[in-house]
Amino acid sequence: MSVPEQATREYLDAPIRKIGALAWLKENLFNNWYNSLLTVLTLLALCYVVPPFFKWAFVDSLWNTSAEACRDIEGACWSIVPNNIKFIILGFFPEGQEWRPILAMILLLSLVIYSKEWTRWNKYLGWLWVAGLIVMGTLMYGGVFGMPVVETAQWSGLPLTMMLSFFGMVAAYPLGVLLALGRRSKMPAIKTLCVVYIEMIRGVPLISLLFMSSIMFPLFLPDGMTIDKVLRAQVAIILFTAAYIAEVVRGGLQAMPRGQYEASDSLGLNFRQTMRLVILPQALKIVIPPTVGILLSAFKDTSLVVIIALYDVLKTTKVTLSNPKWTGYSTEAYIFLAVLYFICCYAMSSYSRRLEKDLHTGH
Amino acid sequence: MKFTKTLLLMLCLSLAMVGFAQAGKDLDAVKKKGFIQAGVNGGVFGFGMPDEKGVWKGLDVDTARAVAAAIFGDSSKVKFTPLTAQQRFTALQSGEIDVLTRNATRTLSRDTQLGLNFVTVNYYDGQGFLVPKKLGVKSAKELDGATVCVLPGTTTEQNAADFFRNNKMKMNPVVIESTSELAKTFFAGRCDVLTSDASQLAGTRAVAPNPLDYALLPEIISKEPLAPAVRHGDDQFRDIVDFSVLAMINAEELGITSKNVDEMMKSKNPVIMRFLGTTEGNGKSLGLDEKWAYNIIKQVGNYGEVFERNVGVNTKLGLERGLNALWTNGGLMYSPPFK
Repeated sequence: MSVPEQATREYLDAPIRKIGALAWLKENLFNNWYNSLLTVLTLLALCYVVPPFFKWAFVDSLWNTSAEACRDIEGACWSIVPNNIKFIILGFFPEGQEWRPILAMILLLSLVIYSKEWTRWNKYLGWLWVAGLIVMGTLMYGGVFGMPVVETAQWSGLPLTMMLSFFGMVAAYPLGVLLALGRRSKMPAIKTLCVVYIEMIRGVPLISLLFMSSIMFPLFLPDGMTIDKVLRAQVAIILFTAAYIAEVVRGGLQAMPRGQYEASDSLGLNFRQTMRLVILPQALKIVIPPTVGILLSAFKDTSLVVIIALYDVLKTTKVTLSNPKWTGYSTEAYIFLAVLYFICCYAMSSYSRRLEKDLHTGH
Repeated sequence: MKFTKTLLLMLCLSLAMVGFAQAGKDLDAVKKKGFIQAGVNGGVFGFGMPDEKGVWKGLDVDTARAVAAAIFGDSSKVKFTPLTAQQRFTALQSGEIDVLTRNATRTLSRDTQLGLNFVTVNYYDGQGFLVPKKLGVKSAKELDGATVCVLPGTTTEQNAADFFRNNKMKMNPVVIESTSELAKTFFAGRCDVLTSDASQLAGTRAVAPNPLDYALLPEIISKEPLAPAVRHGDDQFRDIVDFSVLAMINAEELGITSKNVDEMMKSKNPVIMRFLGTTEGNGKSLGLDEKWAYNIIKQVGNYGEVFERNVGVNTKLGLERGLNALWTNGGLMYSPPFK
């Protein structure tokens, strides 16, 4: 006859030292002398930095006042942001037409958010994108349905940043994949062309490409012919990003075991089918993390267009700071900008992590 | 190959978006497109900068508006292209802009080698020094061993170094990229002296925590005549830009303002009648409407008005007229007769 096992068991509480906040502290922060020392030092540093910052940013600060009111306070003058928000975000977009870029941005965001689920990727989504982009272009440029024309020279602020980075990424990605395939091609002409292109672009900083597109390039054009400034910057960004993506994708391609190629060959797949059905889906999946790294830096690099006097969101902020009324509140303005950039970048990287997990097939 | 095809396609796409402006004489081209494309600074308060609503404001901006008023009778027929210091001359050479009003200093090499023509100066600037009063310095010659806050890459840095060397003094430059950061550093006391164009220094002092604690030293160590510029090749257009600036100066001298210009149209003074076009002739000579000068004064104002509105004592810059006063008041602003 067996006694139910349960009855013989002693019910003990978990030892107090193993759980709870105190135990956690001891386990993680004070588990030996140097960790304890580091913890204490860090805490001291935080005590030294955080309260003054908190006081500056939240206690002594003004949030929505005139510039004059800010002169008398010690704390942060966040008023610079609400007072100039229209110019910082939308730049030169004509008054009364602000809804157009805002709507365009919302449209772009909702399309991006909808497309997040990779299960939704199909032909119809593609057409939805085409339609969406046409609507966005119409909204920005106008000229139909009684919307006055707004030239690209007036596109500025956040819409410009989003446009440059979005189209920079979207156009650079396929171009980069093609370049990577070209570099591994057995045809010498194509291979050389791709190698030269990639190495040349990677050999120069983005700033010099932007300078070339804005200063040297116009001199080569015939007299009186000009190419849109925004377009020139956009092309420079695309060409630049593509070269970097090409190298990352090439890494992915090289990581594919030979067996994969041989297996596709034995199945009778031709080059295109091999690439489309077997190699690229695996290779591109492997390189998601570095690709996202490049896309993130491409997004941040778009702020370099300030040097060719395009008014992206960084430049509009800088211009606001040149106004003597607001000079001196650069810290506040740049913090606002940093938050803006962080939100965008964090959204991208957390999405990439999810995509990586979703697509993970595991071995 | 798919790759080459894509490249070709991209090339075609970009070419499709290329616009061909009419080559030929600048004035014809400007008249044909119906507006002037003016290159401006974009980041200097009082000279060329958008305000909170994105509307362009400034002395240079108003100069460009005056040219538009002269040619089209409408000062709003101008579009502004913000340009960096590096881009500005290329943009003019390549025809991206028609006129450069971007506080550019007229120099011999720029006027000749770059293929540009500068016209009448619309602002006489010069490099100066700003010091805290508690430093007790009365002259720039006493600045031996001073730490000097300066923007990089401009002639400013070079001028300051030259000045210190010529006076056998030692200089410790603190080079900071952006104007607002530079001002912050200076106010925080990291350097003894801030050097820049005098117009900029006045603006910087205006935003100091306590402006009265700072003083401008009397020495002006460089000449910076800021003038609008056009390309070589169209003398008529050059004349129009030139006389648009001169008309504003002349109007101030004649006492014609945007307020009283309609009164002045009835004047029997032959000088004023010729100037405002009630006696015809000037417009025809320039190839413009006889009302061109009237339009400039009515829509933009005379030089004094434009100066006071953008950089004068009642603005944040708070600049005195100084060198930019009329010659009758001891300044350099002087217009040839309009006849």
